[in-house]
Amino acid sequence: MNLSVTIAGVEFKNPVTVSSGTFGSGAEYGEFVDLNQLGAVTTKGVANVPWSGNPTPRIAETYGGMMNAVGLQNPGIDVFCSRDIPFLQQYDTNIIVNVCGKSEKDYVEVVERLADETVDLLEINVSCPNVKEGGIAFGQNPNALEQITKAVKAKAKQPVIMKLSPNVTDITEMAKAAEAGGADALSLINTLTGMKIDIYRKDFAIANKTGGLSGPAIKPIAVRMVYQVANAVKLPVIGMGGIMNAEDAIEFMMAGASVVSVGTANFHNPYTTIEVIEGIKEFMKKQGIADIHEIIGCVK
Amino acid sequence: MSAVKMTARVKRQEQLADDIYSLVLEASEIAKQAKAGQFVSLYSKNGANLLPRPISLCEIDREKGTIRLVYRVVGKGTREFAALTAGKVVDMIGPLGNGFTLKDKRAILIGGGIGIPPMLELAKELNCEKNIVLGFRDETFLIEDLETEGEVYIASEDGKCGVKGNVLDAIKEYDIRGDIIYACGPTPMLRAIKEYAFKNHMEAQLSLEEKMACGIGACLACVCQSTEVDGHSHVCNKRVCKDGPVFDAQEVEL
Repeated sequence: MNLSVTIAGVEFKNPVTVSSGTFGSGAEYGEFVDLNQLGAVTTKGVANVPWSGNPTPRIAETYGGMMNAVGLQNPGIDVFCSRDIPFLQQYDTNIIVNVCGKSEKDYVEVVERLADETVDLLEINVSCPNVKEGGIAFGQNPNALEQITKAVKAKAKQPVIMKLSPNVTDITEMAKAAEAGGADALSLINTLTGMKIDIYRKDFAIANKTGGLSGPAIKPIAVRMVYQVANAVKLPVIGMGGIMNAEDAIEFMMAGASVVSVGTANFHNPYTTIEVIEGIKEFMKKQGIADIHEIIGCVK
Repeated sequence: MSAVKMTARVKRQEQLADDIYSLVLEASEIAKQAKAGQFVSLYSKNGANLLPRPISLCEIDREKGTIRLVYRVVGKGTREFAALTAGKVVDMIGPLGNGFTLKDKRAILIGGGIGIPPMLELAKELNCEKNIVLGFRDETFLIEDLETEGEVYIASEDGKCGVKGNVLDAIKEYDIRGDIIYACGPTPMLRAIKEYAFKNHMEAQLSLEEKMACGIGACLACVCQSTEVDGHSHVCNKRVCKDGPVFDAQEVEL
């Protein structure tokens, strides 16, 4: 049975990774799951300098989901390179480093700093507000998205995954912009902007007022967008958004995702990633599928 | 030793006050390594409630392999737990967090509202002179349990029980002295205790609360502002679930 897939020239032993920000750099979850079993570990977004993130409360549970506005708290690229990369190198898994920034210069600085590090892929979070453009996210404007993709690609030594924001009218327009900018792969979806009001406190549940909605509540939207993008561009797609089990993962793969990410489900059950991998194998065995590629994009 | 995820069987559950419940669980893997001030996170059986609910350990019986949780029903998750009866099971992860650091000094234990339960296990583990100060809004609970562990003083907002006012009013009224404060309760209470301890040159360990998602230090949802740069993100945001929930009062800005 073949579970391995190759995207942007990088081989994954199986098509399961984690969504950035839900798994740290693996150290905490490594107490529960064997990181060697994952196709890749996708790390929490890292910027050129430390970011202290948003005020608390940063999260709120919603029906079948949760919202977060952590604000990309991270130690900056120097600490990340000296602590988190060596930690992950101990394991036989791909390393996908998620990069965030407030300006083109921020992103490029991180990407250049990672050039000589042994990481397999870069994932660019374009849902961060672009300070220069008055705070609209890079990923919400096709021109800005193409430009940031080009700027990153010009300096990157590793293949570049652009992580798309779902908070747009036409996701395929963004996918095409990233493709035009030279992206090697796409990942989607990031969280959907939401709001929750605590009626007893008469206040927003999250200090930031809005937060990114994730979890099974958003899965049908994510599957639809993965399907649209996979059929609009030639780039390989990493699909995510509410994957709780192997059935969910297979649904994303049938919609066109070559790799899938487990995000919020890690909080619900720290063993979800391993259960998804085992569940995919079980499904293939029962369905008589010899190669995972028979599943990827099989529903047109 | 580290946290484990397990299915625990309910030994018994009783209601202590209006919304306050006491749940005893068979969880030897957690009980054998847990200590006062740590917590467990309980999972709802309803898939729509994704996040585990952090609840502090009220008592730990390492020999019997049980833990006791005393909690307030505040929403869907805790309402589900309140319906658990003997023999039923619940999934949980723990023990989580750092717990109190026991010092051999005259201690004042202060619990406010649903911050009272962890004081019981702490009182049992502390082998020194201890005064226990409890603050209630209205209904009282756990008083008898705590009276077997030390001298108990009470403050209540309505004045029906003990001193009318808050825990610091009780400390002043009864002239309670000590060298270290251990406290758990609402943030305004902890803020006042921090100030009181500073003025009186006392050490203080404060157990904080914040909305949590993962409970194990990965998601960075439950941070508190720390006076010094934290070890994880190198900003000034310590993680309540992993670096805490117990902090030295000097470590945190409240």
